[in-house]
Amino acid sequence: MKNRRALIGLLYVAPAFAFVAAFVAYPIFELVRMSLTSLSLLGGGDYVGIRNYLKAANDSTFWRALGFTGLYTLLITPILIGGGFGLALLAAERSTLARLTRTIVFMPVIIGLGSSSLIWVWLFDEQVGLANKLLVDLGFVHQPVVWFVDGTLGLWAVIVSIVWKVIGYGMLLMLAGVQSLGTEMLEAANMDGADYWRRVFYITLPLTARTIALTTLVSAVGSMLAFDQFYIMTGGAPNGTTFTVVYWIYQNSFIYFKLGYGAALSVIVMLIIFIASGLHIFLVRRGSSV
Amino acid sequence: MSVPNDRRAPQISSARQWHPSNYLFAAICVAVIAVMLFPIVMSFLASLKTAADAVSVPPHYLPSAISFENYIKVFHYQAGLQSYLLNSLAVAGLTILLCLALAIPAGYALAAFPLPAKEAIFLFLLLGLMAPYQALLTPIYRMFTALGLTNSYLGLAIIHTVLQLPFSIYLMRNGFEAVPKELSEASVIDGANSVQTLWWIFLPAGLPSIVTLVLFAFITSWNEFIAALIFMNRENGFTVPVMLVGVRSGHFGAVDWGAVQAGVIISILPCLLIYLLLQKYYVSGFLTGAIK
Repeated sequence: MKNRRALIGLLYVAPAFAFVAAFVAYPIFELVRMSLTSLSLLGGGDYVGIRNYLKAANDSTFWRALGFTGLYTLLITPILIGGGFGLALLAAERSTLARLTRTIVFMPVIIGLGSSSLIWVWLFDEQVGLANKLLVDLGFVHQPVVWFVDGTLGLWAVIVSIVWKVIGYGMLLMLAGVQSLGTEMLEAANMDGADYWRRVFYITLPLTARTIALTTLVSAVGSMLAFDQFYIMTGGAPNGTTFTVVYWIYQNSFIYFKLGYGAALSVIVMLIIFIASGLHIFLVRRGSSV
Repeated sequence: MSVPNDRRAPQISSARQWHPSNYLFAAICVAVIAVMLFPIVMSFLASLKTAADAVSVPPHYLPSAISFENYIKVFHYQAGLQSYLLNSLAVAGLTILLCLALAIPAGYALAAFPLPAKEAIFLFLLLGLMAPYQALLTPIYRMFTALGLTNSYLGLAIIHTVLQLPFSIYLMRNGFEAVPKELSEASVIDGANSVQTLWWIFLPAGLPSIVTLVLFAFITSWNEFIAALIFMNRENGFTVPVMLVGVRSGHFGAVDWGAVQAGVIISILPCLLIYLLLQKYYVSGFLTGAIK
């Protein structure tokens, strides 16, 4: 009976299993195989060993893209996590205004990254953009700023757009963490006369540490894979200084058609993400067994 | 927005004590709301400007006159907006069907059957979470070229399913595991076969999860960019996000910003409607998928 049930269960799981085998596992295998060949649009495909990886190690654009993506991740993650936590505290209050804030802050998360990037590249346009108009009107700058001529300014423009787009994501996750705490301890602290910020620092923050760590990981992984926002807002300009890693893979694989080389770069990125995801699953598992 | 257990939510500060910090709280909320709404409201206002008004230097916050010419322009862009909407809807529809067809049986098997090596199977099904799909586009592209699946709705829908399947399976397993064991056992004792048990017991109980699955699959597919850019490389096969980038590139170098913002508003409208109308499903699904 039990064996029969197991067999029926396997039949139900078989389609999904086959799908993942065909469209995830097989492509991973293929990716690794391709990365060891000289495959290009023109053919090739001879086994070249680790030559592509050696090439990647000497590819200054790849290193610059890796560094740039790392810099982007390092700059944006604290803003997203700190800001998200602050917004979670705000949204945790029991009031209509707090609920409304929560709804509005999360709204950009569900619109497309392409759409939001097209709003922001327009807002940051040096001529018709309202960002400059606002900055001039408020007296922060005297002249309109040319945002996308300079790699650093372009990076900050993208960061502003992405913070707007995804800060609600972290807010909601950390809000759930804040709300899952029991009320007893906060009430006890309240009676002991601890003020608001003491309660935040000594109770809420330590008890939501795991949620914050998870949110940080998810957020950092997302940032390391950034593409859409840079493709639309900076186009890698000026001079490829705002290429992210995925952007450089896209360029190599689908613009220059260096498929073997693009595959090697993809394997490197996959390994980086794999380690981060492994850490994520480890944290989740540890949490659920407690 | 209803976050689960909202009513039992602990209060860090008591709202009943009304003192000056409450004014500060209200002021911060209003400021946050204003900042978050600014881009969307401005985009909407720009979409209603006349074409000339939308590219005036320096720009104005408000349209000088309300005009729908930007929307008309987007409706007539290249092959016509309706064909891009159709492409996006067809891909999203297929993605939803694929996710349902794969995730419901898989979730059912994981929740209700004594599978051998159950957790190993589950981890394998979540493989897509560990390997970012952006890295897999090259081998998938070659595979699809061989299978004739590039520039096809099904091809892009398969990639969107790769993206969405781990969450969908996770969601359905969770939803089905909430079904009481006695209920499913009773149905087996009554002589129901596994399909009948799925249909009469599990599907009704898992309905909220199914709604959430459909919502997420739709939004993921509707918004997805890089695979659509690579796989739908013929003009008439563009999905809405790729079309928008095309509108921005313009015909003669000058960007028609009014038309771009009209396109942006059209592209975000379905997402905003779904979010505002079905928040309950969206938020609970979001928390299920991300936290656990």
